Amino acid sequence: MTENYFEVLRPGINTTFQDNGRKNFYHIGIPFSGAMDNRNFVIANAISNNKKNSPVIEFALQGPKLRYKGDKVYFNVTGDVNFQILRKNKIEEGVCYQNLVLENNDCLDLISTNRSVYGYLSINASFKIDFYLDSCSVNTKAEIGANNGKILQKNQIIKIENITKKYSSNKLDYIISKIENIRVIKGPHFDYFSETAKELFFKEKFRITKLTDRMGIRLDGPKIENIKYTNIKSEGLVKGTIQITADGDPIVMLSDHGTIGGYPKIGVVISADYDKLVQIPPGSKIKFKEINLKDAETIYKLYEMETRNLISKIK
Amino acid sequence: MIKNISNLGDAALYCDFGNDVNREINLNVIQFFKNIKKSNIPGITNITPSYNKLIISFDLSITSFDKIKTEVEQLNFKNEIVNVGNLINIPVCCDNNFALDIKRLEKLLNLDKEEIYKKFFSKKYYCYMTGFIAGMPFLGDLDGSLHARRLDTPRVKVPKNSIGLTEQFCNIYTFESPGGWNIIGKTPLDIFDNKNNSSPNLINPGDTISFFQISKSEFEKKYD
Repeated sequence: MTENYFEVLRPGINTTFQDNGRKNFYHIGIPFSGAMDNRNFVIANAISNNKKNSPVIEFALQGPKLRYKGDKVYFNVTGDVNFQILRKNKIEEGVCYQNLVLENNDCLDLISTNRSVYGYLSINASFKIDFYLDSCSVNTKAEIGANNGKILQKNQIIKIENITKKYSSNKLDYIISKIENIRVIKGPHFDYFSETAKELFFKEKFRITKLTDRMGIRLDGPKIENIKYTNIKSEGLVKGTIQITADGDPIVMLSDHGTIGGYPKIGVVISADYDKLVQIPPGSKIKFKEINLKDAETIYKLYEMETRNLISKIK
Repeated sequence: MIKNISNLGDAALYCDFGNDVNREINLNVIQFFKNIKKSNIPGITNITPSYNKLIISFDLSITSFDKIKTEVEQLNFKNEIVNVGNLINIPVCCDNNFALDIKRLEKLLNLDKEEIYKKFFSKKYYCYMTGFIAGMPFLGDLDGSLHARRLDTPRVKVPKNSIGLTEQFCNIYTFESPGGWNIIGKTPLDIFDNKNNSSPNLINPGDTISFFQISKSEFEKKYD
């Protein structure tokens, strides 16, 4: 039996194994984690004919360069990713959202994401990795999940097993949509802020700064003036919570966020806009738009329907 | 008991138990947390107790705010405050290399080192919540004479296993992390064990903590 594996020639900036994340551990300080852009994660596994929650490799901005050793394996890349496959004597430009093949000694170079942040690599096989609390999702802060809770390291080996021999020509015509308006439901401390600040929050644009990662987005824009308490007694947070720091800057909690926090919550990003928000690269500007709970629920139903539709179009 | 339930975004309930921080309110929160966990309401993905709030996250593709709110309100709990937690003994070494802020505290509290440690070790502490980073316990309440504000400039790296104080609270840094609490010592115990796949947390909400002092040589032995 031959061993099948990837050799990491370049790890990329922030490359991790992810699945759906882990539930039920907020109370001991462990967030969901999981693929940041859930839709692209789900689509990647659907194109691979994998089970819904199969582990994938998530990369951010600059992806990894991997040399493949072993039997022929099929893979696909989702997101808006610029990548190449280096075969014996030719370079092949990669196309997202379709099954492609890797043979012994081929190199997969996931060069970069285009005007977006996250991309996904799924294989028609399984990665030989560890699970922690029912999930492979890497949380580098708590050092848990696959790969000893670490991002990919240069020269490491990623073992692969259960290769599907049968080729499926699965592909999907899809381009991830870009948005600028992020819809937000008012948070429990909305009235801690001055009338002017509340107006500015929904009127002005905020720039996504470089202090942005899987834990959160730090925004830069007009200062949001607090007229009550700039600190609260620490309490739980959820994905998408927008806290205002004592300096008046908004920070948005993302999938690896600290489970509790002591800044007032001005609002929460609706579930349907989360996948799109995380894909907006640092340097871009966003605008918050107020929405009520009922509308947010309806929009989420539509968003899910749209995802199911996309999956049904894979052929 | 719960004063108000509102929505936190479109996929969580925000249960408000008031604004005070005390053991009685927090025991209510923890009791409620345990009861909801037991009830197995479909769609709940996470429950986060804190000093005086409880946040219940749910999967919006399975359920909704109105549904979960009704189900939570209909739960008929026996209002028993039972023995919720365990007593856990935590060794602490207060060697100068570990007690990074003891000099600052001596000045700030106008107490000498011996008095500070005597007061600190003579009390038992209650765990209000765990979190922020994995396994970090928020303990209280410190003796009134030990209340100190945070560092003016937080440390970029607080060493793992440091014991920190601020206001009426005390915590243990389960990982090397940025932080602004006043550091008075270090424990050789791993409070969060990331190799333990079933219950990685040594300290859970509702537990009682008794700290005891150990020498540098005892500290080093525990590392073997």
